[in-house]
Amino acid sequence: MKALSIKGLEKTYAGGVRALKGIDLEVEQGDFYALLGPNGAGKSTTIGIICSLVNKSAGAVSVFGFDSVQDEVEAKSCIGLVPQEFNFNQFETLMQIVVNQAGYYGVPRALAKERAQKYLKQLDLWDKRNARARELSGGMKRRLMIARALMHEPKMLILDEPTAGVDIEVRRSMWSFLKEINEQGITIILTTHYLEEAEMLCRNIGIIDKGEIVENTSMKALLATLNIETFVFDIEQGANSVAIPEFETRALDDTTLEVDVPKEAGLNAVFERFANQNIKVMSMRNKANRLEELFVRLVESGRAKAQTANGSDVKPTQTGQEKRA
Amino acid sequence: MSSRNFTALKTIWIKECTRFLRIWVQTLVPPAITMSLYFVIFGSLIGERIGQMGGFTYMEFIVPGLIMMSIITNSYSNVSSSFFSAKFQRNVEELLVAPVPTWVVIFGFVGGGVARAMLIGIIVTCVSMFFVDVQIHNFIVIVVTLILTSTLFAMAGLVNGIYAKTFDDISVIPTFVLTPLTYLGGVFYSLTLLPDFWQMVSQINPIVYMVNGFRYGFLGVSDINYLVALGLLVGFNLLLYITAYRLLKKGVGIRS
Ligand SMILES: Nc1ncnc2c1ncn2[C@@H]1O[C@H](COP(=O)(O)OP(=O)(O)OP(=O)(O)O)[C@@H](O)[C@H]1O
Ligand SMILES: [Mg+2]
Repeated sequence: MKALSIKGLEKTYAGGVRALKGIDLEVEQGDFYALLGPNGAGKSTTIGIICSLVNKSAGAVSVFGFDSVQDEVEAKSCIGLVPQEFNFNQFETLMQIVVNQAGYYGVPRALAKERAQKYLKQLDLWDKRNARARELSGGMKRRLMIARALMHEPKMLILDEPTAGVDIEVRRSMWSFLKEINEQGITIILTTHYLEEAEMLCRNIGIIDKGEIVENTSMKALLATLNIETFVFDIEQGANSVAIPEFETRALDDTTLEVDVPKEAGLNAVFERFANQNIKVMSMRNKANRLEELFVRLVESGRAKAQTANGSDVKPTQTGQEKRA
Repeated sequence: MSSRNFTALKTIWIKECTRFLRIWVQTLVPPAITMSLYFVIFGSLIGERIGQMGGFTYMEFIVPGLIMMSIITNSYSNVSSSFFSAKFQRNVEELLVAPVPTWVVIFGFVGGGVARAMLIGIIVTCVSMFFVDVQIHNFIVIVVTLILTSTLFAMAGLVNGIYAKTFDDISVIPTFVLTPLTYLGGVFYSLTLLPDFWQMVSQINPIVYMVNGFRYGFLGVSDINYLVALGLLVGFNLLLYITAYRLLKKGVGIRS
């Protein structure tokens, strides 16, 4: 039995926007799954349907074998949701928010209070338990929503951009917290725009764009396709005249050179060329976020495929992408 | 009722009561002040010149109507504003993701409105005791009318809250429908004072039945038959419950 199984899911909003065009997705029990995609791809819509916040137009969702409509009660009880936007009552205290949430799931008040203590402490919010939610900082609000989602001890936790607007230190502690509860057996599904976060946490990954799944694979397999890495060299001068025929190079200015290096080629060849041409390398770094590049490439090649399938022309920019891929 | 549903119902109800108690300056104080003013102005000052109405002093006559009036406005506005702000702040999603059946949501919110209406009813009754000896003809009639009226208007407030898209939308009905109907509902006068034609027109105002039913419980006099009032109350309650249930089930205003 899968923790989550989505079949042919479609959503057309009242205004006519086709947010989902028939998605299939499966998440294993105990998995740590990342759902990635650009803004407006349909991530929150998918999550909304899984959690009964959005009415689907077609398709089926089942959670631990329970149909999200037919066996609504069982399905809902399995899921804890951390939504993208703050959706608690700003005037209630943290304690009220988490205890009430447990109550909606039928957790008796005394037990709810014990759990509130446990989760507010784990998320470093215990000191604030009697503060009103609106007095919290953005990062605290995110953690409050995580605590709230755990109050009925769900088997699956779904987090929609939980680390948006959270500083690096808190983000790290959130990561280790999520890893820990995943190790304890909770299935986690997470959307994020920080690819580094997906790489750090997730075992499997789905990429969604314009309402369609363009990639669904393991993190490892995905990273293996990352066979070209771009390095940025700061050289003394003459970047424009450097010639390294086996690699693609781009001079950004006279002292900065970008070189695309296939993994199997190694860097020695690059340095040999520099040495032959008497070019002094001052420093060198990995071009920021190779994962992000990969992501853009995947999304764009997905779009190109869709366009070819539709019989329309492939735009020139996409052929450029193809070459680099 | 399963214990899960019972816990959920209790939770919504506690949350609703906490809400109106937290903002008591907005929810409990104004009706107490308004009602005191009515008692002073209409009851003591003007009332003395009016003399008898339906066989009672004017003050005695208007007390049940005034209690009813505050119950109507408070049960309505409690639920309409609470539900609307739950939509507005999106915390209604806390209920939507949880396995809370629709009827529990309705009873929870309505229960909150009824609790506030009862509390106000008690406050207003206490205030009225400074001005008049409150007498009770039939306690059961009073309690039944009180409960049915407050659930009715709480439910109507819920329907309003479900449809409302802006804060204005939750004040339109109270201002343009509820207030006129209440003032014309025989709170301040006996229908027998009206010309025949207007007496007939008044019969289609549901609030007339509630005010008179309630007055019957206190004074034992009424412009209408109490059983008719009771029947109407039950009927309207059912109608509004079904409406609210369908709207919530479909997700009107809460699920896209
Ligand atoms: N309530 C709504 N009514 C109408 N259209 C909507 C609604 N919610 C989302 N959409 C549209 O559906 C599409 C998918 O939106 P969705 O929120 O699922 O994207 P997302 O992948 O979560 O994006 P982001 O990364 O920006 O959060 C978008 O085109 C959006 O404009
Ligand atoms: Mg989103």
